[in-house]
Amino acid sequence: MSVKTRIMPTLLYRDLGLVKGKGFDSWRRFGSVMQAVKVYNMREVDELIFVDISATRQGREPDYEIVDEIADECFMPLTVGGGIQSVEHVRNLLMVGADKTAINSAIVENPQLITDVARRFGSQCMVASIDFRRHEDGTYEVFTESGSKPTGLDPVEWAKEVEQREAGEILLTSIERDGTMQGYDIELIRRVSDAVSIPVIASGGCGEYEHMAQALSEGHASAIAAGAIYHYTERTPREAKLYLQEHGFNVRL
Amino acid sequence: MSEVLIVDYGMCNLDSIGRAVEECGGRPIISDNPKDLTSATHIILPGVGAFPDGMKNINELGFKKALDQQVLNRGIPFLGICLGMQLMARKGHEGGEMDGLGWIDGEVRRLQPKGEDSRIPHIAWNEVYPQQESPLFEQIEPGKDFYFVHSYVIECDDESQVLATTPYAGGFTSAVCKGNIFGVQFHPEKSQKAGFQLIRNFLSL
Repeated sequence: MSVKTRIMPTLLYRDLGLVKGKGFDSWRRFGSVMQAVKVYNMREVDELIFVDISATRQGREPDYEIVDEIADECFMPLTVGGGIQSVEHVRNLLMVGADKTAINSAIVENPQLITDVARRFGSQCMVASIDFRRHEDGTYEVFTESGSKPTGLDPVEWAKEVEQREAGEILLTSIERDGTMQGYDIELIRRVSDAVSIPVIASGGCGEYEHMAQALSEGHASAIAAGAIYHYTERTPREAKLYLQEHGFNVRL
Repeated sequence: MSEVLIVDYGMCNLDSIGRAVEECGGRPIISDNPKDLTSATHIILPGVGAFPDGMKNINELGFKKALDQQVLNRGIPFLGICLGMQLMARKGHEGGEMDGLGWIDGEVRRLQPKGEDSRIPHIAWNEVYPQQESPLFEQIEPGKDFYFVHSYVIECDDESQVLATTPYAGGFTSAVCKGNIFGVQFHPEKSQKAGFQLIRNFLSL
């Protein structure tokens, strides 16, 4: 029996660290995060990915207090990303209830961090988050700091390295497709999935259930992350799974 | 109301299990002091990590004797989760041999890859099939998915202690029982509705 394909909603948040106590609007925004977490919990999604996308650029640590509050309502596996720089940050996140941590910029700066986190907490805690852009000439490049900083790294080669350094899975996000709902970058997802044996989570661009099926069948991804499709359309993770089941994929219902 | 003592022996974050107990109507008490076991109506031994570290901490904190007293002699309902379940075995084989609590006639060994199921650690939602009638699985459909994160499994010598199995890597024991003693390899606190139903079932024992 093969492992079930996981369908994970992604919650991306900006400026979370500045949110609390800074006016009504900010509080409401945090309230909407909690609301989303509760709804996903009720709808029995497989896992939740929560990323504070401005933490690294602002030089902030993860906001442990907020993760604590989210984890208190999250009775499913929770992956947290954004601003993680060290083993200590990972430990703090696990202490407040995260199950896995996604690290992006810091592992490019210091690849040894992958091994340090994996050896200390188990590789399942170490999700290597890889953001990439496709250049006009068709080549791909890894970017860090929320897509703002080019690294010169090739995503396929970098994926192989994070696997060799004992990352547990790869969250692979197309920067230019993210939020567009135009479909995943199937070509790169396939090249990365075929190059490594750890699970690859396809991310960035999902707007239709069909896009998910493509990422799985043509892209060879192991799991599907999506955000905008749930936030801006009537589509739900449950319907996604019904669709995938109809199309022959093994999902949890 | 159920007073649920959650044993804190330094092997994981206990917030999730505490919150789940609360949501299921129990009062969680997280403690690293064996004396607190005496006032509990239910005991939960959670845990993530390696068998020898876990058992060493249990012994050093003085929990072994206190747990034997409350669970074996007084018959307080007990639930071991993940590593907490594995520690109920006679012996573990993770990084050398180590004696466990010895409540279940079995030993803990590494899960062996089989066929398509080659990924160890086993990190996934997977079906759980009860092998006998039990109040722990009341109102939970056979084959319901629960969330697993583990590399080791308990191998029972006594079939009557196998409460449920899961079809991964040739099939393994995913829940055990013996009287008032229960253990689950999966994480009910991360398994949403089915997980909560199991915790509620445990609290109503």
